[in-house]
This record gives sequence, C-alpha cells and structure tokens, in this order.
Amino acid sequence: MDFILSALDYLLGIPILGWGTHVGFIYVALLLLVCLLVFTAFILLADRKIWAAVQIRRGPNVVGPFGLLQSFADLLKFAFKEVVIPAGADKILFIAAPLITATLALSAWAVVPVNEGWVIADLNVGILYILAISSLGVYGVIIGGWASNSKYPFLGSLRSAAQMVSYEVSIGLVIITVLLCVGSLNLSDIVRAQYEMGLAHMIGLPQLSFLNWFWLPLFPMFVVFYVSALAETNRPPFDLAEGESELVAGFMTEYSSTPYMLFMLGEYISILLMCAMTTILFLGGWASPIDLPPFTWIPGVIWFVLKLSLVFFMFAMAKAIVPRYRYDQLMRIGWKVFLPLSLVTVIVLAFILQLTGWGWHGGVA
Amino acid sequence: MSMSEAEVRTFTINFGPVHPSAHGVLRLILELDGEIVERVDPHIGLLHRGTEKLIETKTYLQAVPYFDRLDYVAPMNQEHAFALAVEKLLELEVPRRGQLIRVLYSEIGRLLAHLMNVTTQAMDVGALTPPLWGFEQREKLMVFYERASGSRMHAAYIRPGGVHQDLPQDLIDDIATFCETFPKALADIDSLLTNNRIFKQRNVDIGVVGLDDAWNWGFSGVMVRGSGAAWDLRKSQPYECYAEMDFDIPIGKNGDCYDRYLIRMEEMRQSTKIMKQCIEKLNAPEGRGPVSSLDGKVVPPSRGDMKRSMEALIHHFKLYTEGYKVPAGEVYAAVEAPKGEFGVYLVSDGTNKPYRCKIRAPGFAHLSAMDFLCRGHMLADVSAILGSLDIVFGEVDR
Repeated sequence: MDFILSALDYLLGIPILGWGTHVGFIYVALLLLVCLLVFTAFILLADRKIWAAVQIRRGPNVVGPFGLLQSFADLLKFAFKEVVIPAGADKILFIAAPLITATLALSAWAVVPVNEGWVIADLNVGILYILAISSLGVYGVIIGGWASNSKYPFLGSLRSAAQMVSYEVSIGLVIITVLLCVGSLNLSDIVRAQYEMGLAHMIGLPQLSFLNWFWLPLFPMFVVFYVSALAETNRPPFDLAEGESELVAGFMTEYSSTPYMLFMLGEYISILLMCAMTTILFLGGWASPIDLPPFTWIPGVIWFVLKLSLVFFMFAMAKAIVPRYRYDQLMRIGWKVFLPLSLVTVIVLAFILQLTGWGWHGGVA
Repeated sequence: MSMSEAEVRTFTINFGPVHPSAHGVLRLILELDGEIVERVDPHIGLLHRGTEKLIETKTYLQAVPYFDRLDYVAPMNQEHAFALAVEKLLELEVPRRGQLIRVLYSEIGRLLAHLMNVTTQAMDVGALTPPLWGFEQREKLMVFYERASGSRMHAAYIRPGGVHQDLPQDLIDDIATFCETFPKALADIDSLLTNNRIFKQRNVDIGVVGLDDAWNWGFSGVMVRGSGAAWDLRKSQPYECYAEMDFDIPIGKNGDCYDRYLIRMEEMRQSTKIMKQCIEKLNAPEGRGPVSSLDGKVVPPSRGDMKRSMEALIHHFKLYTEGYKVPAGEVYAAVEAPKGEFGVYLVSDGTNKPYRCKIRAPGFAHLSAMDFLCRGHMLADVSAILGSLDIVFGEVDR
C-alpha cells in the first residue's frame, strides 16, 4: 500500500502520502481499476483468439496489429449504440441490473493482493468479503432476466439463480480446505503461507517453491475449484443462463449496447477474479515458481499476472472444447458430486491437520 | 381461494423462427412445465416457395434446378431422384460413366449433409468447435461441386439422361486425394465428440424411437437405421451402379440421438469407401465413354456437333425452347438421400411439362414427430433432438 502510494507520489509529483489515507485510497483504486479494465480488454481478445485458434480461424485481426485494439473498437461501438429498452420491461431495474453486475464484479477486486502489500484493502476477512460479493452477483442476472419481461430471459435468470447458488456452496467448502491449512481469512496470508510451508520444505528443497503451493497437496480441490469457478462465472460447459442453443442469449436476450457491454464486462471481470482466486489459493499468488535468482528478479506482480493468464487460458480452452451440460445434469454434479467430495475433504483434512499439527501458524490474527 | 382451485398454466414459448438452433425457419410452440416439455407444435411453411406447383409450369430440364433448392445441404441427391423419375418414364439408359459420376457425387452430397448435421448436432448441445472443423472439409467438397458443375451449391449437374459434363481427370485425381485425407479429419471430429462425457450425457437416451414407431411415423434413412432396421435404398433396391459397390449399412440399437450421430459418422466412412471405388472404376477402361445418353431427342448435343451437324443444331434448338416430350404415365422414383428416402412422384400427360410433381421429403415426416419425440424431455433436449433429426427447411417447406 505505502509502496504504491510513494510510487504515485514520485510519478505525479503530488504528495499523496501526506494527503491522508482516504485520498490515497482513491488514487490506488483508480489505478487498479484502469489496469484491470485495460487487462480485461486484452483478455477478451485473448479469449477470442484462443477460441479462434482451436477452431482453425484467425479471430479478430483487423483493428490494430493482430487485432490488438479490437476490444476498444467494440467498446466504442457499444457505447455509441442506442440503448433499447423493451416496452414491457421495468425501466429502472432493466438498467440497474447490468450496473449491479459490473459494480459488484469490480468491487470484489478491492481485496485481491497482486503482490506483497499491493492491495487496496488488506482485510483480515478478505475471503468472506469475496464470497459475499460474488453471492450478490447473482442479483444482476436475476434482476436483468426478470426486468426484461420476456420469456427466454426469464428462464435464463431462473436457471442462473439455482446454478450460482449451488456452486457457491462447493466453492465455499473448497476455500475452507485452504483456510484450514492457512488459518487466516486474509488473502495475503494465504499467499505467505504458501511461501513458508509445503511439500518443498518437507522434502528439503525449499528452492522448488512451486511444490509448496496448495495445488499439489489439495489437487482434487484444485480441480473442483476450477470446475466450480467455470460454473460460478457462467462459462461453458455451464453457460446455461445464456445457453445459446436453448435460450438464445438467456438473461441477456433483450439487452443491447452499453447495458449489454456492462454485463459482458462484469462477466469477464468476475472470470478474472476467479482466475485470481485460483492463483492465490492454489498457485502461490505472486510467488515465483522457483526460488532462485533468474526467477526471483521478476517482480511478483508479473508472476501473478502470468499465473492468472495461465488459469484464464484453461478457461478459454474449456469454452472451445466442451459441449454444454443440461440443467438437471449440472445440478446433479453440483449437489451429488462436488458437494459430498468437498465436504468429505474438509472433514478429513481437518482431522489430519488436528492430528499432525501441520498448517501455518504465522498469520496476523 | 384454496390451492386446489388455482389454475396451473403452462409456460408457452416460441422456439423460433429466429432462434439460433431452429435450423433455419422452424417455429416450434413449446408448452413447458418448468423446463419439462409438455407439448411441441411445429409450425412450418415459412420457407414455402411452391416448388411443386412451379415445376408444373416448367419443362423437364427447367425443373432440375428446383431440386437443388430443396435440401440445399446436399443438392445433387435431389436432382438425382428427379432424373431417375424422368428416365423411368422415358425408358432411358444412362451410360456407365454417367452412373459412376452420379454415384460419386451422391456420396459427396452425403458427406456434405452428414458433416453439416453431425457438427450442428454438436453445436445444438453447445460444442461450438466441431462445425468449424467440419466446414473446412465441406469447403473442399463444395469446390468439387464447383469444378464439376460451375456452382458450389445449386449445381443442376445431374440431368435426365446422365450428367451435364464429363469430369476432368485432375478433378477425379483431387477427389481421390481427398478420400485419402478425409478419414483423418473425420477422426479429429470423432475424437472431439464420440467419447466426450458431456456429449454422451446430452445425447444418449434422448429422443428414443422404437422401430415400430419409426415405421409408423414414416421415418426413413438414418432415423430408421438408428432404431435397428437395415433399410437403405442403395441396398434394398439398388439404383445406378450401387449394386456393384462394396459398402456396409451401419445400424443402431437404441434409436436415440447418440446412435443417430454414430450412424452418420460411420456412413461418412462408408461413403468415402464408395467414392474410392467409383474413382477406381472411372479410371478403369470400362469407365470411359459418354457421360449421358446419346439419345439426341432428350440430351442436347455437344457444342462441336452443333457446328457440324444440322440435325444436332435442330435438336439443340428444340430442347432449349420446347424441351422434350415425356410419354404419358406416372412414376415414383426414390433415392437414399442423406436425410432418408427422397422420392419424386411424377405424372406426365405426354407434354413437355410434368402434369404433377409430388416431392417426398424425408425431413417432413421426421419433423412431424417432434411432439412424439420431445414430450417429457427438457427444453435443452428439444434442440438436441431437432439436431439429430437432420432437418433442412428447403425440403420440409418446399
């Protein structure tokens, strides 16, 4: 926090540190917001490019070199189009829904640490905050689908309500397994714990820090988290809320121009959030994979972005390859496979930790 | 008001005509109880062009292009049925090379249609990559269409008496090369879908048709083979030179969407086999010769003949103005089109135009069973079932 503030101090020539923390917060938040939005623009392009590559297409390649500016062109297009509100729609809610989605998706990023100390709000209950915010995210979808006063969006919002709630349960339990190992709800602590304990330390090779990270000891949970994250963010094969071949565009059917863009923006920001969560919980956050000079020279934030991009690549590949589940099959997996699996893991892990005394004991709390 | 008096109303939605998986211009009225489909009411006719009536006002040759526009995914197979019907009335024999080319292009048509259907069936259950992979192969096949007829889709190539023009040798060689590379491309699509858990979960035991039901609903083609009947017109009443071709008819066990998918995949492999045999026979000495009947009263003369022979010039003039007269009578001719039995019932009154031309499109019978197939399934299954029926609106609406 202080580091960023002093960097801003230096760059802008304004004594931000001296202005008191509130003004500083605004600057840092703005900085994160801008970085995040620009990053999202390129992630969107990457998604389309990866998808295109799998399908033996070129993907966007006209706007700018290699189509790099495509997302900005899309932004302009959406922004300049007329907002069409269906006659039967509830105007206020219809407009509010995408705003809710985008705002909530962005606000969750407040507690995400991208490097040691680089976090806007270093909450000691960061995980709870993220769970709370992402649970609220379903409101945008439900309100959007309902306010459209149209049949396909209505079905889409009904589906998404059930879907997001079911997968939040298993996501919550998966997170608990990590929390049991760490003993803190603070996201930075979770990363620090992966520095200081783990398999690499156990086998006496602490330089191989990628073995320390939780993806290895908690591998089944890593997979469950990845799949649940797909479901939580409405990505294929769980994109039932907007399932094209059944519901046209689901809850977004009646949306166009800027409100539509806000939905898409919210969706991609929450995808990035899920990628960031995977990185923090299982892939050691900003830690370099090997604790030796050429790797440690690279700043933590770069490692964070690289890991996040890797997880996103997996998201994009899933979209390109798999067909879509049916609604009842999706619920069956959520409640009958993931929930028991993660529940049993929580109990077994708790026993193991209690009996062996493993776990991290260096938290702030 | 007590609960028992509350009226439970079904949720009615319009599935199409502008819906991403309506396969063109289908409009289904779905009555839903939650996500369960209680009733399906297909509304057709949005692509009705009056083909059958239009044909009554055209000469026999002018009627050919209308058949391209029925099932526009495999155009030549329809032309083939019409040509067979006219030839039956005229009692016209097609030379061997003409027959081989017809069979070759019928199988290309089958590949075109099955590639389209298999991959869009995958798209209907949410897999968006297979169609793009399939289109790459379809593109090559359409180029073969173009190199034979000058047109990628509406070929007007198979005409009463034979085919319009001979194939250049390098085209035959290129098709032979394609037959070598195509199984690999098919295996790629196969690896993406056949053993995919989600694809199986979405198709196995969905849209089950028993064999009796299949016959009663007037199904044909893959729809009956999926239910276990080895019924294929190419085997049961061979036309052209199918009798001398070596190929197998794949049949299903369960009659569900997955069986139909598997059958189409296998039929593509069998079609490639038939194409290879055709090419071998075309390249053999017996395969040389004219590609269409030499009867100057039906088949127009070559350009060279017209320059030298007065009679050929007169034939040309007569054929392209009045057309040829077909003896009075009625006839039914059918081919095993990719979608099933495509039949043409032709009534001639002895003039140069058909008195009546009834077209039997397989898709029409299949679509009529939508309610029977979808009842009790979920909303998402409607598009999976529709995908496995292989509906093309050109032939359903005619």
